[in-house]
Amino acid sequence: MSASFAIRPIGLLRAAGIILGKDLLIEWRTRARINALVFFAVATLLLFSFALGPDVDLLRQNAAGYMWLGILFASVLSLSESFRVEAENATLEGLKLVPTDPRAVFLGKACGNAVMIFALCLILLPVMVAIYDVSIAEGLPKLSLVLAIGCLAISAPGTIFAAISANARARDVLLPLLLFPMLVPALLSVVKATALVLQGDLQDSLRSWLGLLCCFSVIYWALGFAVFPKVIED
Amino acid sequence: MPATAGAVSTAAQPAAASLALDIRDVSKRFGPRWALARLSYTLPCGLSLLLTGHNGSGKTTLLRMLATAIAPSAGKLLVLGRDAVAEREEVRRDIGLLSHSSFLYEDLTAEQNLVVLARLLGIASPKDVAGQLLTRVGLTARSNNPVRQFSAGMRKRLAIARLLLKSPRVALLDEPFSELDPAGIAEVEKLIVTLREAGTTVVLATHLIEQGRALTETRLHLTEGRGMGE
Repeated sequence: MSASFAIRPIGLLRAAGIILGKDLLIEWRTRARINALVFFAVATLLLFSFALGPDVDLLRQNAAGYMWLGILFASVLSLSESFRVEAENATLEGLKLVPTDPRAVFLGKACGNAVMIFALCLILLPVMVAIYDVSIAEGLPKLSLVLAIGCLAISAPGTIFAAISANARARDVLLPLLLFPMLVPALLSVVKATALVLQGDLQDSLRSWLGLLCCFSVIYWALGFAVFPKVIED
Repeated sequence: MPATAGAVSTAAQPAAASLALDIRDVSKRFGPRWALARLSYTLPCGLSLLLTGHNGSGKTTLLRMLATAIAPSAGKLLVLGRDAVAEREEVRRDIGLLSHSSFLYEDLTAEQNLVVLARLLGIASPKDVAGQLLTRVGLTARSNNPVRQFSAGMRKRLAIARLLLKSPRVALLDEPFSELDPAGIAEVEKLIVTLREAGTTVVLATHLIEQGRALTETRLHLTEGRGMGE
């Protein structure tokens, strides 16, 4: 009755795809993360509007900044949760001992986090239209592109720091402390790019801000790819 | 490092390639405490080892080092002739660890847990293989239930199925009988016999010494990180 199964090593991208599929399946089965994210992000957007009062022009002018701050705060919950799942029965250690290439774990989890944050963005768009009275109909394709690149810029460093802080006692405090300073350049670029899409790009500077945002994303992803093996082994 | 050494070795010193385990002067330190102190031991391929000792004697630490989950603080550790630190990836392909942590995703079903692992291992027809293993550990009826709903014994059975999926050459079993009912214990004993018949080297850490003796040829007793062979 000793069944021995033929084991064939799989490639990096395939392993990353399996990990991504596993993370999305867990999220689909529980829906715990997306529910918490949506409530938190909507509450944040509402609080910004209450704090500023009924000044519609001011709200509209700052809509991009408020939206990205809401996404950033909510994404901390999402990133932290993505590694809490792995800590529950030491499943991250289980993945290491399979063995799974740590870079595949990084790719899979960072893509999973990007998908979650992008889904949150899509849900927040109509909320932002309602609360801040902005129009998104005309620039929707451009806005989707900015949102997608912005999510990639958050998810890569977020995944690295979530893995670093996963076993720390004060991980809920540690993650934003590590992540937020790292994200300042990306946050500036993505807020500016979003504002240009929402308010009109008179000087044709959207391309420059998008280019800058892409550069930050590429740097963060390359860095994650290089350092993640060290992060989860040590 | 402590001055005294608990160095134990099998009488004959077989060639390195024929050794399943070659532990050379290995120590492991957690903060100020030495969990293992200059332990030496060799185990030829095909033989199986019973690892005994009180709680905190270093059994789990040794198994986790053999599994490459943690690195030794000093000394050298070879598994099937490969360095457990320098050739970590190769060692991981050959070992299977049944640990206190089940390595199971709570929100996935029993079948999904096995399918994910089978896919990562590159096994063809992962669903069929998962089904076979669930039958083998007696969990077919619960294959579509999430692990969160499982009892401790059922989790242990599923963790064993997870280990079997890898078909390891060296199986490291840390308290495999804990949380199991008598029928479950008998099943695990049968699985260990099957593993041994397939040529797997089994390292079994347990407090059930009589059961362990019946399943293994050699014994290493650990006391405060130092070993004493039999």
